Amino acid sequence: MTALPSLAPAELDTARLPGERIELSGQPFKLDCGAELASIRVSYRTYGSLNAARSNAILVCHALTGDQYAADSHPVTGKAGWWHLMIGPGKPLDTNRYFVISSNILGGCMGTTGPVEIDPATGRAFGLNFPVITIGDMVRVQARLLDHLGIEQLFCVVGGSMGGMQALEWAARFPERVFSAIPIATAARHSAQNIAFHEVGRQAIMADPDWQQGDYLARGTRPTRGLAVARMAAHVTYLSEAALHRKFGRSLQDRSKVTYGFDADFQVESYLRHQGITFVDRFDANSYLYITRAMDYFDLAGACGGVLARAFQGVPTRFCVLSFSSDWLFPTSESRDLVRALSAVGANVSFCEIATDRGHDAFLLDVPEFHRVFAGFLAGAAAARGLT
Amino acid sequence: MAAFDRALPEPALIAQASSRGPAATTAGSPLRPDLQLIADLVAPNTRVLDVGCSDGALLAYLASTKNVDARGIELSQEGVKECVSRGLAVVQGDAESDLHLYPDGAFDYVVLSQTIQAMQRPRELLQEMLRIGRHCIVSFTNYAHWRARWHLLRGRMPRSRCAGEAWYSTPNIRPCTLEDFELLCAELNVVIERRLCLATGGMISRLASRRWFDNLLSEQALFVLSQRQGQAARRA
Repeated sequence: MTALPSLAPAELDTARLPGERIELSGQPFKLDCGAELASIRVSYRTYGSLNAARSNAILVCHALTGDQYAADSHPVTGKAGWWHLMIGPGKPLDTNRYFVISSNILGGCMGTTGPVEIDPATGRAFGLNFPVITIGDMVRVQARLLDHLGIEQLFCVVGGSMGGMQALEWAARFPERVFSAIPIATAARHSAQNIAFHEVGRQAIMADPDWQQGDYLARGTRPTRGLAVARMAAHVTYLSEAALHRKFGRSLQDRSKVTYGFDADFQVESYLRHQGITFVDRFDANSYLYITRAMDYFDLAGACGGVLARAFQGVPTRFCVLSFSSDWLFPTSESRDLVRALSAVGANVSFCEIATDRGHDAFLLDVPEFHRVFAGFLAGAAAARGLT
Repeated sequence: MAAFDRALPEPALIAQASSRGPAATTAGSPLRPDLQLIADLVAPNTRVLDVGCSDGALLAYLASTKNVDARGIELSQEGVKECVSRGLAVVQGDAESDLHLYPDGAFDYVVLSQTIQAMQRPRELLQEMLRIGRHCIVSFTNYAHWRARWHLLRGRMPRSRCAGEAWYSTPNIRPCTLEDFELLCAELNVVIERRLCLATGGMISRLASRRWFDNLLSEQALFVLSQRQGQAARRA
């Protein structure tokens, strides 16, 4: 078998990344697992400007492998921000009207405190000494960031996939701070199937000898092959059978017939390998372990005796739940469960399933219907909030 | 939908468009006349759920002119997209499976306009509507209208003039008459707060004393219903 190449570790000095970075210290930050972090660094970007009333702030929450570079180009890959189609002047998240905040999550690897950062207690990278975190922890860090920015209430909190989990957590935990929320292609709990896929990814990383029981940073290796395989497996779940077929079918890669070997004969193999190889340049393997775990633990109903509706009792937030018809990772049925719970407590909720064959990743792609509904909801919410 | 075929001279004032077709879509344009009748029945500053709200014309009108907290349920993705892009709180779903999720008395009005005849279980739907709304507004086409009877006398099923669909393809699987509906109301022991009978040309007839006459002349019927006090209290 032609294995994936073991790349040289790309050392990234997160302190020198473009964008803003603050240190939240003072009182220690207590995590759901019981551990405490003495201080937390948060790297973030903002787009547009905050109005005088401080009422036009929108928090954009990123997904598993996203980061704060939502609208501007990525410092490592040079590619356009992951939501550049959505954020900018005249776009659905119109920076002429709104103040858009995008921060790297707790546990991330682009400057916010996470396993790749230096543990002040030891002077070495946290690695596996980093405490296990939850979606709730991520959201409380974001709340501290908003305190720092002097923003009492968000006009909107939006996100797809794990970003949608954060949006839901925000509305459930800080209802008075969230005027509206747009959870996209997400769920109120991580399904058994999704936990299973995450476990495959984690096992791929841990099976790589270069992972070194999580201590690879100190030992000068990087589990790039394991991380690449994790990414490849996950990437398949972000697409749909129809999209894969449309894009690649059974087309061969730079050859006219199969080679009777294990090279990437098929274009789809070549594509996946490329996805895996490029991913390791910008992502940390331990971060991947911690963030997937946080998603696995997410279950909003869990804290409410299994009754999801109770999580939203009395929540004044206006919700717009969106799903994609071909998303099998976070299928529409999950969104419907969420909408039912919101309806049961009389919450102000809109819900639309967008017809597309582009799978879970549709929220990142140019899907005009999605953008139109998104912008329409936001415009309605802006009118209700008195934003001009 | 409305008006049986064999052409009235001019489109009737009432219900020119099918319940599945677009109503007034642009803000400021006049509301479809049957929807306007419903809108006029709704008190300002109330909570309204429009079941099968189509493109949200009624909800948008109520929200903008009567400061109503307007919610909707709509099956078609097209309709929902239209509603949400207009800033309306509308959920894509099936009224027959989803209404039970709402708490008792969640709304001041629950509206079912030109939709009941397309439901699988209209009786159960009506009961759910009465549970979650203080008032229910139901409008439908009266299949006992003389023109429909004429069709049957000639040996053919009545066809709506606008939808114009044949018996094998029409979504209207549960056609009923004004009298049928009143009997159902009696069976469910609900209060008929108001009954509007709409004859050809949109005139509102008030022939309440002679039900068989209303049944013959009304092309459309519009009812405002509520639960009997005792029933609501028992539930509470």
